[in-house]
Amino acid sequence: MTSTLELKEDKMLKVQFVGDDDVLNHILDREGGPKVKKERAQLLLNTQKIIKKPENELEEDDQEVLKDQNYVEVLGQDVQESLKNGSATDGGNKVYPFQNRKHPEKMAKLGHSASDKSQLKNNDKSEFLSTAPRGLRKRLIVPRSHSDSESEYSASNSEDDEGVAQEYEEDTNEDILSQKIQAQNRVVSAPVCKGTPSKKMKRKKTSHLVEEYFEAHSSSKVLTSDRTLQKLKRAKLDQQTLHNLLSKVSPSFSAELKQLNQQHEQLFHKWMLQLHLGFNIVLYGLGSKRDLLERFRTTMLQDCIHIVINGFFPGISVKSILNSVTEVLDHMGTFRSVLDQLEWITNKFKEDSSLELFLLIHNLDSQMLRGDKSQQIIGQLSSLRNIYLIASIDHLNAPLMWDHAKQSLYNWLWYETTTYSHYTEETSYENSLLVKQSGSLPLSSLIHVLRSLTPNARGIFRLLIKYQLDNQDNPSYTGLCFQDFYQQCREAFLVNSDLTLRAQLTEFRDHKLIRTKKGTDGVEYLLIPVDNGILTDFLEKEEEES
Amino acid sequence: MATSSVSKGCFVFKPNFKKRKISVPIEDYFNKGKNASEDSKLRFETYQLIWQQMKSETERLQEELNKNLFDSLIEFLQTSHSGLWKNSEDWSCEIKLREIPTAALILGVNVTDHDLTLRSLTEVLQNNVTPYVVSLQAKDCPDMKHFLQKLVSQLMDCKVDVQSKEKESVQVIQKNVHYSMDSLSAWYMSVTQKTDPKMPRKKRTFSSQWQSPPVVLILKDMESFTTKVLQDFIIISSQHLHEFPLILIFGIATSPVVIHRLLPHAVSSLLCIELFQSLSCKEHLTTVLDKLLLTTQFPFKLSEKVLQILTNIFLYHDFSIQNFIKGLQLSLLEHFYSQPLSVLCCNLPEAKRRTHFLSANQCENIRRLPSFRRYVEKQSSQKQVALLTSDRSLKEETQSLLENLHVYHTNYFLVLRCLHQFTSSLPKYPLGRQIRELYCMCLEKNIWDSEEYASVLQLLRLLAKDELMAMLQNCFKVFQSSSAKELGNTAKKIEEFLAQFQSLDETKEEEDTSQLQSKGLQKTDLYHLQKSLLEMKELRSTSKRQTKFEVLREQVVSFVDSLVREYLLPPDTQPLHETLYFSSAHTLRQHLNAAPRIALHTALNNPYYYLKNEALRSEEGCIPNVAPDICIAYKLHLECSRLINLVDWSEAFATVVTAAEKMDANSVTSEERNEVIHARFIRAVSELELLGFIKPTKQKTDHVARLTWGGC
Repeated sequence: MTSTLELKEDKMLKVQFVGDDDVLNHILDREGGPKVKKERAQLLLNTQKIIKKPENELEEDDQEVLKDQNYVEVLGQDVQESLKNGSATDGGNKVYPFQNRKHPEKMAKLGHSASDKSQLKNNDKSEFLSTAPRGLRKRLIVPRSHSDSESEYSASNSEDDEGVAQEYEEDTNEDILSQKIQAQNRVVSAPVCKGTPSKKMKRKKTSHLVEEYFEAHSSSKVLTSDRTLQKLKRAKLDQQTLHNLLSKVSPSFSAELKQLNQQHEQLFHKWMLQLHLGFNIVLYGLGSKRDLLERFRTTMLQDCIHIVINGFFPGISVKSILNSVTEVLDHMGTFRSVLDQLEWITNKFKEDSSLELFLLIHNLDSQMLRGDKSQQIIGQLSSLRNIYLIASIDHLNAPLMWDHAKQSLYNWLWYETTTYSHYTEETSYENSLLVKQSGSLPLSSLIHVLRSLTPNARGIFRLLIKYQLDNQDNPSYTGLCFQDFYQQCREAFLVNSDLTLRAQLTEFRDHKLIRTKKGTDGVEYLLIPVDNGILTDFLEKEEEES
Repeated sequence: MATSSVSKGCFVFKPNFKKRKISVPIEDYFNKGKNASEDSKLRFETYQLIWQQMKSETERLQEELNKNLFDSLIEFLQTSHSGLWKNSEDWSCEIKLREIPTAALILGVNVTDHDLTLRSLTEVLQNNVTPYVVSLQAKDCPDMKHFLQKLVSQLMDCKVDVQSKEKESVQVIQKNVHYSMDSLSAWYMSVTQKTDPKMPRKKRTFSSQWQSPPVVLILKDMESFTTKVLQDFIIISSQHLHEFPLILIFGIATSPVVIHRLLPHAVSSLLCIELFQSLSCKEHLTTVLDKLLLTTQFPFKLSEKVLQILTNIFLYHDFSIQNFIKGLQLSLLEHFYSQPLSVLCCNLPEAKRRTHFLSANQCENIRRLPSFRRYVEKQSSQKQVALLTSDRSLKEETQSLLENLHVYHTNYFLVLRCLHQFTSSLPKYPLGRQIRELYCMCLEKNIWDSEEYASVLQLLRLLAKDELMAMLQNCFKVFQSSSAKELGNTAKKIEEFLAQFQSLDETKEEEDTSQLQSKGLQKTDLYHLQKSLLEMKELRSTSKRQTKFEVLREQVVSFVDSLVREYLLPPDTQPLHETLYFSSAHTLRQHLNAAPRIALHTALNNPYYYLKNEALRSEEGCIPNVAPDICIAYKLHLECSRLINLVDWSEAFATVVTAAEKMDANSVTSEERNEVIHARFIRAVSELELLGFIKPTKQKTDHVARLTWGGC
């Protein structure tokens, strides 16, 4: 504090040295009756300015005048009084400049100088010294002439200011304080609610997709609230409850939806025609197209050989598609590779032109089928003259799957079939849902598998579960080492040799109930790849039953 | 449902055999779909007929265009090969024989068309050069083993094609699966020696030329081969060249530089490369358009918008002729499918015959045609009554109108070509360089109303004599080639113009030097001097216009102008043009060049577009709270940045939805309602995930990541 004071005095002195005569002139020139009060009100701010930027003094005559007065006042003992008066009379004025200032750390500085004058305790000052540099640092980054950056800036500074305000809560200057806090609150609260919109506005001006992308991904920090679903008691729903709940919802706009569907159904004949003429058909648009295709199948394809492929089925693969095609062709035996199989099919279809096959693929863009190789093979299938393909895609970026070569293989005709139907079937598989639905399927499968095992095997598994649950807070837990496990099992009279234990473990592994990992020391570690919450549930259920 | 299961994803439906045999003929799908109007069978047959004709025409064109290329290729193969075998006795001392003759075939970026070209090339080669033509694709040959395997198996197949009786022995060879260059050359030796004496008669032509035909290997997509495979193969086969005469053909999509990028100097020096450039696809397009659309051979025509879309897809998307043809096929199909009167879209005599058999319904259809209505309005009142009431007079009128339409087209294309001759070489090409651009403009509106046309006339008035004459010559050829009666005298007129230009040469010189100079300058004062100078200037400028050549040029220009104004009327001024022109550009674009992302966004952002419910109508950027759940969730997610907190999202969703439900739902308890709303939210979120807007993330608990950016 003392150092700053000294500094201040140095500067003041310097100022006086330079401008004594000028000051007098200006006082004579400018001292009008009504102005004095205003200048007095500004007094605080101007002292600040002078203290911070002595280079300004030559430019601004007014300030010199004020500084002169200020100097007297600072030296005088009833600073507090004058301060109080100024703020009391011209409170509005004061709040206004606060908000308008381009450098909100003014606030801190203001408080600082006030504290100087009012001679507050030292600990307060140390607080300021710690906060001020932050403000200064920011000021270096943000040019003070940028008035439009003000709101963001003050928002970022709000912490400091708030701290300052709180420091002064004990201060005797309650008027000033309340005003200050109000002002800060205004400054702080406005950007908080306006922050994003103002950014958005700016973005819109320079609306450019690329820029938007980088803006969205530039900062690694994303500001979202930290609330989690755990606090909501209805967060977790299993498939069945979800289904039950949703069945209560009465569908809206059923008339319009029906009309939409009817429009699509009128196209069935056209589709058949175009399929026969060598085109393949792809359906896109919002809403599940499964029902539509199903209706197409039942109305048009009853007398034809056709294969329905659920692309959204998690276990689907090109191999299984080809297998069902060969099944149609009554082929017994196996193929060495998928390509061989494809070749065989191609030859078969080329030989027999009376053979016709319809392929209906729901979700050609599903996780399992979107790979390059799968698409290539399906494309080659569809390019055969007597295989007719009608498929649906849903994913936003689905068309990216196909390059020119594949597109020419597919020979698509695009049909927009927006149905607004819910993707009930497509999202019903466990892996396509968000985390909160997980649980029911592994839990039930756990119970099912374990019920079919011997009591000893169940005991072994329970041991492993307990061990894993005991270690659930240990972040470096890699699993239970086989030897330890064997020991424990022996102690519990569950196995009598490590061969029997291994036999049991093979059983578990076949059902994907455990996973083994070789540690760095070459020892096998056993792990249950199931969520701990589910394991706890499982144990509870087991206990209930026994 | 029969097609959903938790254990399998494929469901085979195979109706019993008898049922399957009674399969529905394709025509049935043609008529049942839309308003079951008559003539659908006829229409479908016409469609198939025209399409077959067009298809074979395009194939013929393709062949024709490739002919040059193939001829030069064959020549190259023959020479390189004969060189190889002339010296077959002392091959060991010929260092040059180490070089594999290679043809680098630059095919252009339209990869999809390559297959067709290469297939016909294979055919041509097999007929003319050698039975051993093998083509390999990069995706079949990830390594050397597969490469050789494919090569050998295809070679053996070639063999089988030539002589099927040797099938058994081939099978035997295929059994022992040791593929190496040694075995390959041994096989080659055995085959050529064995077959030589008993060569089939057909093949004697080339077998007499060469005792053993070369093996041609086509690498379809050279760029995508692995460098290593390619290098190894070239090095190995160059070692075996003396016993296994190999010729390589590289299919290149980009530029010949790629050869050197893929192969180091050591390897590329083993090749004796010659470049071949295939025809540019734009020229190809021009020819196809010329032969398919700018002709009266095919009655079917495209409207301006449709043509624009097809050429745009071609120029901006793929450069693929095949896709263009596909678009043409689709528009043909759509035309016959949707326009009942397309039954008249066939050659003129047939159309006239069909007019006789039009049903009353079809006659009504004709009366409803806008172009026909306009036509009727112009007729006298008696005729109007006759046309509108009597089917017979309508049919007669239709016949004459169809004939008019035919004549119109004949003249149209002649004049169009003629105009193209004039405009195609003007500076800056105000009416386009290609005839298709000119055609588009002429289809769109009266061409003479456009600014470009005015500037063309202006430029024509500035042409030099020899240029003008060359153009006239070309035009003359165009007109001569046709047999149109109406424009017969036009050709004569052009001939006259040409003759006049010729005679101009003699008379011209005398003309220029006459007059003018007679008025010598007399001594006058300044005022008179100025006056006389002005007079002279005026005189000069007027006399300049008066040059005989200029007069003639003016005549030619106005002649062309009059031709254009008379014959290049846009087709929609012609009655009954709807029968021939396909104009539904919108459907074409929808089916060929769809925009699934836009459709998705529209459906989510503005459900009113699809569900015409007044409750959903809203101003831009807002979404009513009664909208489908997924729309609300989507709208809310747009307001977030990269990560979305599920809790906040769900609460916002709940707020919006409850606000909507306040009015009707008060019977259920609030707790239950909340649960239902939460379930709806979950469904909406998982649907958005399926659509690819969000994905689960582990960056923060209970957050999802947004996969798109940009605000609402």
